[in-house]
Amino acid sequence: MSTPRILYCHCQYAQVLPKEVKEAVLLALCEADAQFEAVADLCELSARRDPLLQELASGGPLKIAACFPRAVKWLFAAANAPLDPLQTQVCNLRTDSAAVATAALLQEPLAPNLPSGKNPA
Amino acid sequence: MALSQPSLRVALYEGSGARTLSGGERFDSLKLLLAQGCSVRRATQPGTVAVWVGDFDSQPQPEGQLRVSLAEPDLPVALDASRAQVAAAPAGQWKPWFPVIDYDRCTNCMQCLSFCLFGVYGVDSERKLQVQNQDNCKTNCPACSRVCPEAAILFPKYKAGPINGDIVSDADLEREKMKIDISALLGGDVYSLLRQRSDKAKSRFSKERDSDKALAERQKCLVKLSSLAADIPPEVLASLPSPEEISRRAQEAADKARAALAQD
Repeated sequence: MSTPRILYCHCQYAQVLPKEVKEAVLLALCEADAQFEAVADLCELSARRDPLLQELASGGPLKIAACFPRAVKWLFAAANAPLDPLQTQVCNLRTDSAAVATAALLQEPLAPNLPSGKNPA
Repeated sequence: MALSQPSLRVALYEGSGARTLSGGERFDSLKLLLAQGCSVRRATQPGTVAVWVGDFDSQPQPEGQLRVSLAEPDLPVALDASRAQVAAAPAGQWKPWFPVIDYDRCTNCMQCLSFCLFGVYGVDSERKLQVQNQDNCKTNCPACSRVCPEAAILFPKYKAGPINGDIVSDADLEREKMKIDISALLGGDVYSLLRQRSDKAKSRFSKERDSDKALAERQKCLVKLSSLAADIPPEVLASLPSPEEISRRAQEAADKARAALAQD
């Protein structure tokens, strides 16, 4: 499996991600010299059906730092860019600490976690 | 509001012809670009992104890209100029608040379509429910998610689960059922309650012709609607049309939902 790409959402237009968590994660990505994509607001990209989402969804393994995996899954689907459940991991910056999210993004192997069906595991 | 334009996509360029930024500088630059609504890719090699932002010291290769210097005294203005050149969406004109359907849960019952007065929902060519007009949605109003019996409507920026995308628990589904029951007790749905009140009011007002009473009646309806869905923002309630217009739009939405279901 190729190295997962990283997508970071800044949730620019709402205060639902704790500021200290999202900024700590962004800083860690910048200091690690990692290659990544950063978007101002994933919701806005979904509403605009932005081609970037299709590019990301179809490009192989992907780690996403954003919010709840169920929300991220359906935001991509709404943009006609369904994520591959076997190749996508979502780090939830609403609930994870910055340390947990940063380790998952930069150090640990991909652990796919998109929900499937009515009773997600 | 046109949602057909993509966001402005830029490369934060640190390759040949531009200075390599420190971690802190990169962080500051990214925060600034994200605050301007940009999608940003870090780049050290020439790529396909049309707009490059960096601390340039000579012409980066290949030429022909739009370049914006981090040293620009007014970076937002320079980015706006690039936006216009690549036909990207303006930044920050719309708070992206709209429903997202969880199709693992949606049963295509059309309750949301018949509930929404603002034409947010529609159906596709296969009569499957769709969110079609995101920008018609009323910011911070999650009311349609409250009528969904399957907790299949998400608002990712909402404060609490399961509407925000958190896992749906059995307790959540019990609460959803209870809401539907309350709605049924009040006459099928909240809009039928409003319609009934509107009819009563019309009959009374035709005798009384008292505009103050008409206003008071409308306010009572709105308070009732507010108590059914406690987190509908007051500004959304205040912007609702007259009971007659609510009645007309509710009928239109119900007809649309019925038509979609009839063809199944």
